[in-house]
Amino acid sequence: MAFDNAYEALADAHDDARWAFGTGFEDPLSGVDTTVPAGVDGDDLAQYCLMLGDDALVLSHRLQQWCTRAPELEDEVAIANIGLDMLGQARLLLARAGKADGTERGEDHYAYFRGEHEFRNVRLAEREQADFAQLIATVLVLTTWRLAVFQRLRESADPVLAAIAQKGVNELTYHRDYAAQWVVRLGDGTETSHARTVAALDDVWPLVAELFETHDVERRLHGVAVDPAEVRDEFDDVLAQVLSAATLEPPQVRAKAGVAGGKGRDGRHTEAMGYLLAELQSVARAHPEATW
Amino acid sequence: MVTARTDEITGAGVSTGATVPTGTSVTARQVAETVTDPELPMLTLADLGVLREVTETADGVTVSITPTYSGCPAMDTMRDDLVHALHEAGFGEVEVRTVLHPPWSTDWITERGRRRLAEAGIAPPGAAPRRGSGPVPVQLFPPQRRVSCPHCGAADTEPVSEFGPTACKALRRCPACSEPFEHVKEI
Repeated sequence: MAFDNAYEALADAHDDARWAFGTGFEDPLSGVDTTVPAGVDGDDLAQYCLMLGDDALVLSHRLQQWCTRAPELEDEVAIANIGLDMLGQARLLLARAGKADGTERGEDHYAYFRGEHEFRNVRLAEREQADFAQLIATVLVLTTWRLAVFQRLRESADPVLAAIAQKGVNELTYHRDYAAQWVVRLGDGTETSHARTVAALDDVWPLVAELFETHDVERRLHGVAVDPAEVRDEFDDVLAQVLSAATLEPPQVRAKAGVAGGKGRDGRHTEAMGYLLAELQSVARAHPEATW
Repeated sequence: MVTARTDEITGAGVSTGATVPTGTSVTARQVAETVTDPELPMLTLADLGVLREVTETADGVTVSITPTYSGCPAMDTMRDDLVHALHEAGFGEVEVRTVLHPPWSTDWITERGRRRLAEAGIAPPGAAPRRGSGPVPVQLFPPQRRVSCPHCGAADTEPVSEFGPTACKALRRCPACSEPFEHVKEI
């Protein structure tokens, strides 16, 4: 401990009633220049930050649900770590959204007080994972996609997004390698692990095509956002390497349709999303004035 | 408890894990450099390489720090500890800023920091991977790294998990002495 008495570490001079550490600094972008670059639409930039931030927040929540359920302690720790990194990326991106749209809303507002239709994550992130193979397949697909996007996002005309992406690339490399190595072990493992991994990929795959569909917001943010259609080849190449080493084939299944033309990026989600948000948001909504 | 500045005067009423130098000539940087990492208390923030800049003005002090990992929960504690230590040392307004770019790398851990990690039984990181602008190659099998055992010094140890008790550490085991240990993984 840095202090003999934990209470001594309280540095928030403005509110003596607070007792938990860290309460004085809830802005993860504190001190970062968050000016919206010239020529960039702030609302579009905020929407784009919510897309990437909600992917991370919702996947992080799904990963957290694996705490105490992983097959081995080491995997328990790994899944929690990946969830923590995703939560960190989400915090930066949601905070960036509140600066970009000029509302100055904090990360908690976006995480806890938006309705389901306001979340912009792809539907794969919210999907429930029925077994470990589905978890690993989901993490492989989403981190492979996200790593390819973040590599390009390092060149974004928004310096804040570029900096978040540059940090994220280093983290995502570890996440993707973890999932890839598990897919190889499971696919090239026993008859049962192979069959369950085949089934998991079949379950996940209908939601993969959605990742590469260019949204109007991404189209308008040329030079700021990454066009996800551009990363399809790189994604296919990585998946081909992993699946080949795992003695698996890319699934041949149809993409899941949207609802009235809308998908996750439009705020149209699957049934699982409502239950996920109920769990994620219930405490904050029951105690809206609480600080922690 | 490890002291960061064995050559300095003791005292100052703050137990930051390192000794805060006293006297009128003490600079804000000297104080900030004594604050330790909450999860790796054998390292000061300067040893860890997260302390980017300390600027004194007529109005107060501005300290810039950088997160190790995006989700590192120790950031808030580091900020609190910096403000607390600087207030205790008599500095008025203290602002702690976050710097995201360039991203933190384990290459920024100082030589002294690496020695302290090893003394505490934590294997220090090797050189961080150098990445170009092209796609990052996928690792289909656990990477082969030469990490020597911080307990018995054996040259070759085996990976247990690339993820450990904190975001910045991996788990390894030594076949020679059978002891498990943590390794600050390269990033």
